Amino acid sequence: MSSRLFTAVDEATGVGAATTERTVLVALAGQPNVGKSTLFNLLTGLNQHVGNWPGKTVERKEGTLTFNGTTYRLVDLPGTYSLTANSAEEIVAREFIIRDRPDVVVALVDAAILERSLYLVAELVSLPAPVVVGLNMIDVAQQEGIQVEPEVLAAALGVPVVPMIATKNVGVRELVETVDRVASGELPCAPNPPQIRADHREVLDEIERLIAGCAPPPYPREWIALKLLEGDREITKMMQACLPEEHWEAVHDVLRAHDDALVAVASGRYEWIGRMIRAAVTRPRPGQIGLTERLDRWATHPLWGLLILAGIMGLIFGLTYVVGWPLLNLLDTYVVGVLADLARAGLAGAPAWLSGLVVDGIIGGVGTVLTFLPILVIFFAVMGTLEDVGYMARAAYVMDGFMHLMGLHGKSFLPLFLGFGCNVPAVLGSRVIESRRARLLTILLAPLIPCTARMTIVAFLAPAFFGSAATLVSWGLILLALVVLALSGVVINKTIFRGQRAAFIMELPLYHLPNWRTIGLLVWQRSTEFLRKAGTVILPVSVVVWALSVLPGGSVESSYLAQVGRWLEPVGRLMGLDWRLIVALLTSFIAKENTIASLGVLFGSASLTTGGSTGLTTGGTGEGAGLAEVLAATFPASTGLAFLVVQMLFVPCVATVAVVKQETGSWWWTLFNLGFLLLVSLIAGIGVFWLAKLAGL
Amino acid sequence: MRNRSKARRAAPSPAATSPSKNDSVFLSAMRPGERGIVVDLAGGRGLLGRMTSLGFTPGAEVTVVQNYGRGPLIAQVRGARIALGRGEAGRIRVRRRSV
Repeated sequence: MSSRLFTAVDEATGVGAATTERTVLVALAGQPNVGKSTLFNLLTGLNQHVGNWPGKTVERKEGTLTFNGTTYRLVDLPGTYSLTANSAEEIVAREFIIRDRPDVVVALVDAAILERSLYLVAELVSLPAPVVVGLNMIDVAQQEGIQVEPEVLAAALGVPVVPMIATKNVGVRELVETVDRVASGELPCAPNPPQIRADHREVLDEIERLIAGCAPPPYPREWIALKLLEGDREITKMMQACLPEEHWEAVHDVLRAHDDALVAVASGRYEWIGRMIRAAVTRPRPGQIGLTERLDRWATHPLWGLLILAGIMGLIFGLTYVVGWPLLNLLDTYVVGVLADLARAGLAGAPAWLSGLVVDGIIGGVGTVLTFLPILVIFFAVMGTLEDVGYMARAAYVMDGFMHLMGLHGKSFLPLFLGFGCNVPAVLGSRVIESRRARLLTILLAPLIPCTARMTIVAFLAPAFFGSAATLVSWGLILLALVVLALSGVVINKTIFRGQRAAFIMELPLYHLPNWRTIGLLVWQRSTEFLRKAGTVILPVSVVVWALSVLPGGSVESSYLAQVGRWLEPVGRLMGLDWRLIVALLTSFIAKENTIASLGVLFGSASLTTGGSTGLTTGGTGEGAGLAEVLAATFPASTGLAFLVVQMLFVPCVATVAVVKQETGSWWWTLFNLGFLLLVSLIAGIGVFWLAKLAGL
Repeated sequence: MRNRSKARRAAPSPAATSPSKNDSVFLSAMRPGERGIVVDLAGGRGLLGRMTSLGFTPGAEVTVVQNYGRGPLIAQVRGARIALGRGEAGRIRVRRRSV
């Protein structure tokens, strides 16, 4: 697929070694869904680095490419519709162009939606960096009956325009050559930027006059004036700080008198676009029904749309159960289990604590991280595919009404739904939500979705406590978790976010075939990122919890963890829990399924110490047969119910906490989330316990 | 806002539309297949910024693709299909054009 470009690049590298080394900084800009990731992946392959923009939770992708002896440093700017400070993405994109001064900005546009995708170009040509327009998806445009003449468009814009089809690697080489010629100054780039709508020209001039001499470099003065008129929050703040007070007052008065200027500025840009494309584009025959419209009659239908979504959800779960869980178990048995056995055999002569540390602490921790992988890979692949083909926006559309009740966005639905499999991809999946508030709320609520590991515990304990009513209790517990989630959403939204709801307005992109290269790279990046970041948190936490569970005496009963459990017993009493059940809850922090293993150690055979088995980490279903009955005989059903309720709503596992920190980028929100869940689970546990007692359980 | 757009949706009665904006309705009141020209937009900076960057500005031609009378709707503007909540669509005033 990519052979054409890469042969060219390889040949060129051979030549390039002899010539002088030159590095060109290229920024890749474009609106969402114009094929930016496809192009970026095609150009850089695995030669890319994924991180975050400094101080922001916005993903930053950077890669290198060598072509004709020149090294290109490619920075993938976040996909945004405009460059006004409505979101962190937009600020990041424009700050990079203004402050880092790339040699060339490649602006990718969708030829099938040329008018709208040139809106970003209208903003880019006003910034001090040469622009090359990549006219992508000319094949899709042709299918829709739209003909674009690149030379005519280039002449009108005053910047080079390269027609291309990134998914088929057509025109990509020409794009790089054009970038090279612009960077070396061989090809002129003299855009004529858009003007504000005629009725606001005087106001703009007045503001420019007022801020003359005070515009902080490297920001262009005209650009600042325009952004002030648009009501850009960041630039307004910046100028308020820069200008002497009486000057600012004058500017402020002008702005207040023209608070409708935002629409005038935008209109000016579209008028400019209209002039640019007038000669270059042949309009389609009206009334033509494309593939997207035909598919959307089903996918966005109030009833069929929901059924299709339900079908896709069923498919995801089928895939998880048929492929994911068996793989997880295989990994657990044949990789983690074998490693543990090997380590135990190898450390046979070493002191017990060392063997315990290696087997239960370190291998146990690594195992937890590893066993997440199959499920995560499946979820990332499914999410990536749904996003890439354009379905994600449709799912958001049909679910929006329902999700809004909780202050969430339609796009929150699929990530949250993934939480039923595992909370980790639910948190990571929230990246598809553009609205910062809705994304944060989705992350905070995701741990309340009962994941498979929690349901395993329910499935294990409920039959012993409730007999034939076990199924009813299980469904009741799921329902309770979802009701708590909905209520928490409403409460957090009303209080902390003060009821401001994210506006629901988004593009429904054209459907297209999935690009496996893009999806594959996404899965690879997301998985390695999880291993790297979550791994560094999970491993130490696992070692610490292990140490607390064996120190100082070597057995759980006399460990520090047991002391903490006893110390917390007065709280546990309120819901009928003794210290052993509390310890089981505490160990579930490493992985939810640990609860059963811990209960096995604490109740099953009192003589069994953690040093003797991989107790804390393996599922422990072996010792299960009698354990559930022992528990049911020891505690009344009310305690059993309270324990399961707390288990369902309790602090999530450390892997989830690690990704909550990663995605919110803030310890404050992470701790808030933990505290919130702790409180909710305690209240629910106590409430259910007393209700159950009243009911005579 | 929500109530107002609901009132508009039923049928644009003469009382509900001011005389100067004779033939204009909110986008949320338009039926599937109906076309029109955007007259004006209302909303805070954030919403206006989002609407304009997605193609809604005065003078833009819109076609309603889907509108079931409740829940969000789909409109085509400047070649792109945009999904809007009913509340958001109730902030875009459109002059109807006969098909």
